[in-house]
Amino acid sequence: MALHPRAASVPAGTPTRITQGSKTRGGIGESTLRPDGTLKVTGEFAYSSDMWHEDMLWGHTLRSTVAHAEIRSIDIGEAVATPGVYAVLTYDDLPAEMKNYGLEIQDTPVLAHGKVRHHGEPVALVAADHPETARRAAAKIKIDYVELPLITDEASATAPDAILVHEGRTDHHIGHVPHPNIVHRQPIVRGDADAAAARADVIITGDYVFGMQDQAFLGPESGLAVPSEDGGVELYVATQWLHSDLRQIAPVLGLPEDKVRMTLSGVGGAFGGREDLSMQIHACLLALRTGKPVKMVYNRFESFFGHVHRHPAKLHYEHGATKDGKLTHMKCRIVLDGGAYASASPAVVGNASSLAVGPYVVEDVDIEAIALYSNNPPCGAMRGFGAVQACFAYEAQMDKLAAALDMDPVELRQLNAMEQGTLLPTGQPVDSPAPVAELLRRVKARPLPPEQQWLAADAGGSSVDVRALPGGLSNTTHGEGVVRGVGYAVGLKNVGFSEGFDDYSTARVRMEVINGEPVATVHTAMAEVGQGGVTVHAQIARTELGVSQVTIHPADTQVGSAGSTSASRQTYVTGGAVKNSCEAVREQVLEIGRRKFGTYHPAWATAELLLESGKVVTDGGEVLAPLADVLEGEAVDVELEWRHRPTEAFDLRTGQGNGHVQYSFAAHRAVVEVDTELGLVKVIELACAQDVGKALNPLSVVGQIQGGTTQGLGVAVMEEIIVDPRTAKVRNPSFTDYLIPTILDTPTIPVDVLELADDHAPYGLRGIGEAPTLSSTPAVLAAIRNATGLELNRTPVRPEHITGT
Amino acid sequence: MRVNFTVNGRKQEADDVWEGESLLYVLRERMGLPGSKNACEQGECGSCTVRLDGVPVCSCLVAAGQAEGREIVTVEGLADYARHRDDAHPGAGCAAGTCGTSLDRAKRWQARPTDAQGAEAAELSPIQQAFIDAGAVQCGFCTPGLLVAADELLETQPSPSDQDIREALSGNLCRCTGYEKILDAVRLAAARQEETVR
Ligand code: FES
Ligand code: FES
Repeated sequence: MALHPRAASVPAGTPTRITQGSKTRGGIGESTLRPDGTLKVTGEFAYSSDMWHEDMLWGHTLRSTVAHAEIRSIDIGEAVATPGVYAVLTYDDLPAEMKNYGLEIQDTPVLAHGKVRHHGEPVALVAADHPETARRAAAKIKIDYVELPLITDEASATAPDAILVHEGRTDHHIGHVPHPNIVHRQPIVRGDADAAAARADVIITGDYVFGMQDQAFLGPESGLAVPSEDGGVELYVATQWLHSDLRQIAPVLGLPEDKVRMTLSGVGGAFGGREDLSMQIHACLLALRTGKPVKMVYNRFESFFGHVHRHPAKLHYEHGATKDGKLTHMKCRIVLDGGAYASASPAVVGNASSLAVGPYVVEDVDIEAIALYSNNPPCGAMRGFGAVQACFAYEAQMDKLAAALDMDPVELRQLNAMEQGTLLPTGQPVDSPAPVAELLRRVKARPLPPEQQWLAADAGGSSVDVRALPGGLSNTTHGEGVVRGVGYAVGLKNVGFSEGFDDYSTARVRMEVINGEPVATVHTAMAEVGQGGVTVHAQIARTELGVSQVTIHPADTQVGSAGSTSASRQTYVTGGAVKNSCEAVREQVLEIGRRKFGTYHPAWATAELLLESGKVVTDGGEVLAPLADVLEGEAVDVELEWRHRPTEAFDLRTGQGNGHVQYSFAAHRAVVEVDTELGLVKVIELACAQDVGKALNPLSVVGQIQGGTTQGLGVAVMEEIIVDPRTAKVRNPSFTDYLIPTILDTPTIPVDVLELADDHAPYGLRGIGEAPTLSSTPAVLAAIRNATGLELNRTPVRPEHITGT
Repeated sequence: MRVNFTVNGRKQEADDVWEGESLLYVLRERMGLPGSKNACEQGECGSCTVRLDGVPVCSCLVAAGQAEGREIVTVEGLADYARHRDDAHPGAGCAAGTCGTSLDRAKRWQARPTDAQGAEAAELSPIQQAFIDAGAVQCGFCTPGLLVAADELLETQPSPSDQDIREALSGNLCRCTGYEKILDAVRLAAARQEETVR
């Protein structure tokens, strides 16, 4: 591959299958601390918005103020004339044939041409010597918009005379979608749902609405582009996948990929929101045009327009069961609003449909999921990726069904829980442990937090600590009208990219002696977004190579692709790549040892050899040589790609196919207190049990689970991007109006970690980042329903939904 | 305009500051101190929290001119600030309410310049170390603001209850951790502090 000039300096070889013992401290299974922790607590860690270059300019984006309009003209005259302005760019200034980008479908214009399709779409760029100058100059650009009718929902998208959001589509989904305003459609049909329905004693249906959630990572979209002497550009940026960005950036700049050199700068959270490009191309264009370094930093307002959101969804479900609680069938239809551009919508449809039934055994299903093109904000990847919306609906259905059958909702779930060997609706068997019933048992068995803790806070129990009540310090209640509820949910998420995607990763590992000590260097293009991949890579290298010193090389495009930091896949895939490359390094080190010292001790040829605590030892524990002596002046350097088992596409008519790599399961129990008079909810506890296969770093595992749980809590009770249905404009692009949970909104989150190894995965591990985001939302909703007796079929639940006002 | 102030114990001046520039912008872009973070610039997230004459403030909401002649402590100066505090209270616990940062005392406080710290510079304040040890840092973007706020809490309330911690940190958003480990970190720092006092 031309992309990787330093690829594989040694042949792949057949690495030994042995996993090294963990005698070297700081190996896998230990809660080692982050290698970037000290930098992060001292303020020295360089996030993308911290980049600085002498003589740099500031870039700014002008965005459309309307959702759907034809652009008649753009007048940049006054903006260009503003003192301090170095460049103003519009569509006409794009240098290459290619003017669009996109993750799968190249339908997103770098700058709007002819038309804007959503509120906040980038239209023009300004570079100036001060950010305020750039902002003010951009405000002077005059655009003549002629507004067009809006597509805002399924009805307007598929109406007979509907305007097409994208005319002349040529992508590969157009052949099978029922309407050009539908990005992708995936039906899944298995068994005979109608026949099975006839056997049901109880049938329940439900309609659910899932609001548009935002990733709301704290580090704003930002970066620095520096023009280089060869006509190329260096880009320092926060992203989830350097090579995917590179593939989209280079063609638009009209540059070969090796002239766009990307380095990951510090990432302040991602959660899917950095899978698509934001300011990358814009900063490069301005840098190349002005010949100066250009920094761009979105403020929070712009950030709400700068990345895609979680797909809002409308879901219709039907479940049937026999009177003893066995599920007979499931039918559902899931409509996801993908907004103006495709982004990851096709893959989100694949996930929503294939995981629509959840972690249950249902042989007869009839599923359909679609994603719309509309003039709403573009939606794409967010933690949980299509599985979240489905989980919200099927878990509400389980409670409804339990009520109809007069059964305990947890027992009903356990009775129908999938196990290892269960077939998904796609016909794919779940071929690793699937402890669904056990996870539910664990959260249920946990003692409940004491009732009325606002009273218990005082020794006599007579006074009230309002801080423990819904409404908190606002002093809205002293406990009257406050009722408690408990709710449960469990979810199923796939790990890694599915449907035949070549989901590989690359790792370069080097071992050498520095100052008499063996040192391993791990170089990958993995984006560390806060999840702790860098910690785990060092742990893997210590475990596999028996060294204590491991250096993590900064992530850049000088090494092969690591794939995306998303889909809970990085520890599995790039972790697997690091392990694999370490094994190859180990083989070479042993080869050098055999060459140098083989004649001195027969064990070099006969025994199973390990690297441990900086030495070569036999599996019997006999020390053969220090690594420092084996390597001396030599360095071993390996770069290899690594792949997991391949997957395949789902059939476009039946949805059948082995589409997924691995599964991840989590269960939650939510305990809430609701002030029924004011409709305020306080979540008291949100306990989680999750199977992680193998916890490579238990501290990070728990941190990921608690973080994912909190994002699910947020969508349950407060988070929603509100789009005005009449204008398709975003009404709340700020942290004042888009609320994410604070420390006061977040309860204790006890975590119970199960480790049932998946034999197909490195060390038996399971991707963990997303599963807790699935079940946390429906658990909270179930608890609020339990407390109030209300139906509540949408997220987030607002006070007016509880009080009926 | 020109702004003169003291940042982490060192006298600083910034020239050509625009009227509308925030203290956060001046610290990050003019002083070369990007430790205070720019997550919202709306006063909603607390990532930009610094101490202004000892009082935690959102530096994104402070106009640069308002900092004229005042003392700023950012996350970059936190370790040194904490060390100084220990010197001022050698081993003595304080009764609640009496050992906070009075404006007067804060004004008198002088940290050593950052370039004269030598080997000491590597030492972290107890709250910084506790954040690392408790796993309270993920992406870390919220961390500087939380550290400044939590450090002030521990200064005024050496053994805070969970409710106290929640209240004190309620102006600081974190999107990654779910806050539980942040609570752990503050409890840990408080416990360690108590141990050294004993
Ligand atoms: S950046 Fe100042 S409060 Fe958010
Ligand atoms: S926002 Fe990422 S660690 Fe707090």
